[in-house]
Amino acid sequence: MPNAPVAYPRMVRPASGRVVAGVAQGAAAQLRLDPVVLRLAFVLLTVVDGLGVVAYAALWMFTPKEEAEGRRPAREWGQLAAYGVLWLALAGFAWMTGASSGGFGTWPIAVGGIGALILWQQADPGRRQRWMSGAVKQVSTTWVRTGIGALLVVVGAIGFLAASGELAKAGTGLVFTAVVVGGMLMIAAPWLASLVKELQRERTERIRQEERAEVAAHVHDSVLHTLTLIQRNAHDAREVARLARSQERELRNWLYQPKQDADASLAAAVRRVAAEEEDAHGVQIEVVCVGDCELNEGLVALLQAARQAMVNACKYSGAPVVSVYAEVEADEVTVFVRDRGKGFVLDDVASDRMGIRQSIIGRMERNGGSARVRTEPGDGTEVMLTMKREQQ
Amino acid sequence: MKTVRVLIVDDHRLFRSGVRAELGPSIQVIGEAEDVESAVTAIGELQPDVVLLDVHMPGGGGQEVLRRVLGSGSQVRFLALSVSDAAEDVIGVIRGGARGYVTKTISGAELTDAINRVSEGDAVFSPRLAGFVLDAFASTEAPPIDPELDSLTQREREVLRLIARGYAYKEIAKELFISVKTVETHVSSVLRKLQLSNRHELSRWATARRLV
Repeated sequence: MPNAPVAYPRMVRPASGRVVAGVAQGAAAQLRLDPVVLRLAFVLLTVVDGLGVVAYAALWMFTPKEEAEGRRPAREWGQLAAYGVLWLALAGFAWMTGASSGGFGTWPIAVGGIGALILWQQADPGRRQRWMSGAVKQVSTTWVRTGIGALLVVVGAIGFLAASGELAKAGTGLVFTAVVVGGMLMIAAPWLASLVKELQRERTERIRQEERAEVAAHVHDSVLHTLTLIQRNAHDAREVARLARSQERELRNWLYQPKQDADASLAAAVRRVAAEEEDAHGVQIEVVCVGDCELNEGLVALLQAARQAMVNACKYSGAPVVSVYAEVEADEVTVFVRDRGKGFVLDDVASDRMGIRQSIIGRMERNGGSARVRTEPGDGTEVMLTMKREQQ
Repeated sequence: MKTVRVLIVDDHRLFRSGVRAELGPSIQVIGEAEDVESAVTAIGELQPDVVLLDVHMPGGGGQEVLRRVLGSGSQVRFLALSVSDAAEDVIGVIRGGARGYVTKTISGAELTDAINRVSEGDAVFSPRLAGFVLDAFASTEAPPIDPELDSLTQREREVLRLIARGYAYKEIAKELFISVKTVETHVSSVLRKLQLSNRHELSRWATARRLV
């Protein structure tokens, strides 16, 4: 009945009605036989050199338990006792007649049979049907298993022929070893594969959860906090804009900027300085950085000069946006601070005003750099700061 | 100046109406779309001069729209408009075929100007995009595979640097003693290199930047 409408999945061991572990019952359901037939088969095989026990144990290991809710029902002890008695009687009979030693001939048959059975129960019904119709399309994961299974069956057959043809006992032993090793490999392969897959799945799941927790924490700590502050300060447009802007900047940094140490990297330090001045003066500062390098004494001075230039632009230019551009080249570092504001006449700045002369130009020159200020009334201001990099 | 017919593609309704209200009289908004499917359909039906394209949208985002529309041989021009500053978004959408990239903080007048520029076939670079390009082209030590496409000329570098410093095209022209048209030519040529250079570093740089 290959076209049964009810798709039944891989063989499982049912929890209810089991005698030992539900293997026979599961196999019977899979093969659509009465469980009693299979149980009798296992008992009979056990009499022959204990093969039934081996087959049963193998199927027990590789057949998943049926998922069931609640308490597991107890075993059917009465049936177990019945089969036990049956086995004892058969074993006793066999011992008396001396028929129990099946010889080498039975082992290869049994191993081949077990291999085939395991192959069979690993496969899902769809694949089984494809096998039945003979159209085995090579799906990368299935053909390895199919190949190993086929090999096992062939080796089993050869073993049988060798044993019945009474070849040298050593040769038979070798074949037997090969069969056992092959069987072990085939048995272990799908199990290991599923184990690895399961581990990977768990790992990605854990990483995903950690990520989610981090996002939640960030949103809670900063975004929600700022939104609350904004509602509280709703009457103060300037403060609302400042809060929104600083939150936007923080979120952007968190989302798009590589994590950098603002005490060690120039680009991160420039961004931090700009952020601080933006917060202090409520004027937007757009920062673009190209390249990066480690901070040193000269660059710290450059940063301080740049900060002063930003402060000036925010306080006096009247421009809504200040542009900061920092570029690290092989031999020097340049920072531009530009606004499109009022501008001024450089020579008119009183010599006692510290801002430009001392904090910017003077500081740069003391540290071996240079500063240039370009400005004209009505044409905005641009401060260009250059510092040579120390050659290593 | 003839009016430019624009289609706005963005999944935020508030943002679409905001943009509509801010654009100058030389721009005529002929339609809106809110996801990849409706954008592709609307572009096919309305044939706008310029599409204002959001980068992050349901159904694959701006890059998917670019792929499907430009892949079918359409000559429609795209200007990407996004809140994202991520290098991979910026570089990705330009490599996908957009003629420019501006962030949503841009003022109405600047956006109008950018749309006009794109409609005339020019490229529009924001300071940040200029910074990314300089960074990307400078960051590799590997010798270029195709020197014509894989490196910037001295002049292009100067123009990009000025854009990054916050200069408008007109100011750049004045600074370098060249015409605005020449500035536009340089920027278009950088755009072409950005789109056609098969240096893997460009995309890899953009992705790796976040993972430092």
